[in-house]
Amino acid sequence: MMPTTENIIDVQHLVKKFGELTAVNDASFTVQHGEIFAFLGPNGAGKTTTIKMLTTLLHPTSGTIRVNGFDPLKQQDEVRNSFGIVFQDPSLDDELTAWENLELHGVLYAVPTKLRRERMSQLLEVVGLSDRKDDITRTFSGGMRRRLEIARGLLHHPKILFLDEPTIGLDPQTRNHLWNHVVELNQKEGITVFLTTHYMEEADKVAGRIAVIDHGKIVAQGSSAELKAQTSTQSLEDAFLALTGNSIREEESGAIDNMRQMARVWRGKRR
Amino acid sequence: MVSIIYILWLRQLKRYLRSRSRIVGSLGQPLLFLLALGFGFGPTFEKAGGGDYFQFLVPGVVAMSILFTAMFSGIEIIWDRQFGFLKETLVAPVSRLTIMVGRTLGGATVATLQGCIVFVLAMIFGFRPEFGINLPLALAFMFLIALLFTALGTAVACQLEDMQGFQLIMNFLIMPLFFLSGALFPLDVAPAVLVMIARCDPLSYGVDGLRGTLIGVSHFGIALDGGILVVVTAIFLWIGSVLFKRIEV
Ligand SMILES: Nc1ncnc2c1ncn2[C@@H]1O[C@H](COP(=O)(O)OP(=O)(O)OP(=O)(O)O)[C@@H](O)[C@H]1O
Ligand SMILES: [Mg+2]
Repeated sequence: MMPTTENIIDVQHLVKKFGELTAVNDASFTVQHGEIFAFLGPNGAGKTTTIKMLTTLLHPTSGTIRVNGFDPLKQQDEVRNSFGIVFQDPSLDDELTAWENLELHGVLYAVPTKLRRERMSQLLEVVGLSDRKDDITRTFSGGMRRRLEIARGLLHHPKILFLDEPTIGLDPQTRNHLWNHVVELNQKEGITVFLTTHYMEEADKVAGRIAVIDHGKIVAQGSSAELKAQTSTQSLEDAFLALTGNSIREEESGAIDNMRQMARVWRGKRR
Repeated sequence: MVSIIYILWLRQLKRYLRSRSRIVGSLGQPLLFLLALGFGFGPTFEKAGGGDYFQFLVPGVVAMSILFTAMFSGIEIIWDRQFGFLKETLVAPVSRLTIMVGRTLGGATVATLQGCIVFVLAMIFGFRPEFGINLPLALAFMFLIALLFTALGTAVACQLEDMQGFQLIMNFLIMPLFFLSGALFPLDVAPAVLVMIARCDPLSYGVDGLRGTLIGVSHFGIALDGGILVVVTAIFLWIGSVLFKRIEV
């Protein structure tokens, strides 16, 4: 089958049920070649679940998905060849050093040795871990691990880059660095970026188009300006709140989600 | 593909070599068996006309340590799943079969190493293999046992969500595999029922093969031992890879 030229990701009527719970409920959206697409939604909205289905880690209950023209259910290898991902949850081997984690990734993605080593050094520089590269990652702080995960995700240059809350737990300096690097990759290499974040100002700054998901349903799509106009609000944050309501989502979320939620609320109050 | 298998193999090896406490910890049990059973039970065994029990026991305990290490290596997938690393390998543009092969070879190598350490310890405590020339064959048996049970551990781990089921596996799979295998007693004089059960336990053939190659005593004959181990290993690898392909995270 030929990849469709317009949309690099095409999702139609996607549904994912975990037993009784419907995590993704009839979601349809498209992402165009070369754009930066932000997928926003409250905790437990179904963002990560959707990404897992796009990246072959979960099988949808129903609906169709095309990633780079391929079906993640039937053409797994082709799909996996099309993307890179930074997961929301930790995914490093904590018994290996930073360097070894990167090396393993580079080999898995068949990045040629010379290029691999070059990029590894360069990326370690970008995330400020050069002097810790031979340390076992178990000894890293949470933010350092996060930075290493991001460096690893950028090691090979895929067609599509999924970033699931990449900046969670990062200091403002690193966040800026990261987004600059991502925008550069997007512009120079035409890499399509699919990101989620809870920092609205980040989405506002980097994303060309935004989809808002709530309770597994897409409630709005468009550019930041369109979303603001649609809700008659001044900021993306207000638009987001107008679209998804003010109630805190905790009824369906797990312990970790709750903790994150609390951390977020607490941080919000201090601001 | 070879480089991918190699790097996954290397990962298992590094993880093993870096956790000294795990290596030392997992030597405790085999040592206990060797010393307490070997020396404590030995005189009774000899009086009953069974020959040198320590000599008889060592291949069984070597097989035991391989069994344990190999099963744990396979079950490590659950850890990787909980700590997230599994996702990293599952989204890579690499067939799951390749990933499974790399992991399994790594786990099997680790288990074989562990078996070798126990073997050397047994030598220090006075074990003398009878056929020096058969050492390579004994190593081959050790690796086969290791491969078989790493594959089994992998298959089991693919069916489990978390470590909750671990106690169950320990008590209802690993322990029976070990105690019913003839690692501790000679099948030649065991009751018929026990021999019947032992025939269904793949570890029996591993233990028997090791005995055949190390002390020249074998119940089934090492050709049969080797043949059955190869076939069962192939089956477990196949089952493991089918289950591994289906994993969702
Ligand atoms: N493996 C699973 N088994 C059962 N329920 C799950 C599973 N994974 C996710 N869920 C549920 O699906 C819903 C959507 O979860 P998801 O992780 O997609 O949310 P999210 O939008 O990524 O939220 P967050 O902003 O907190 O990361 C939640 O209610 C969650 O509890
Ligand atoms: Mg999420």
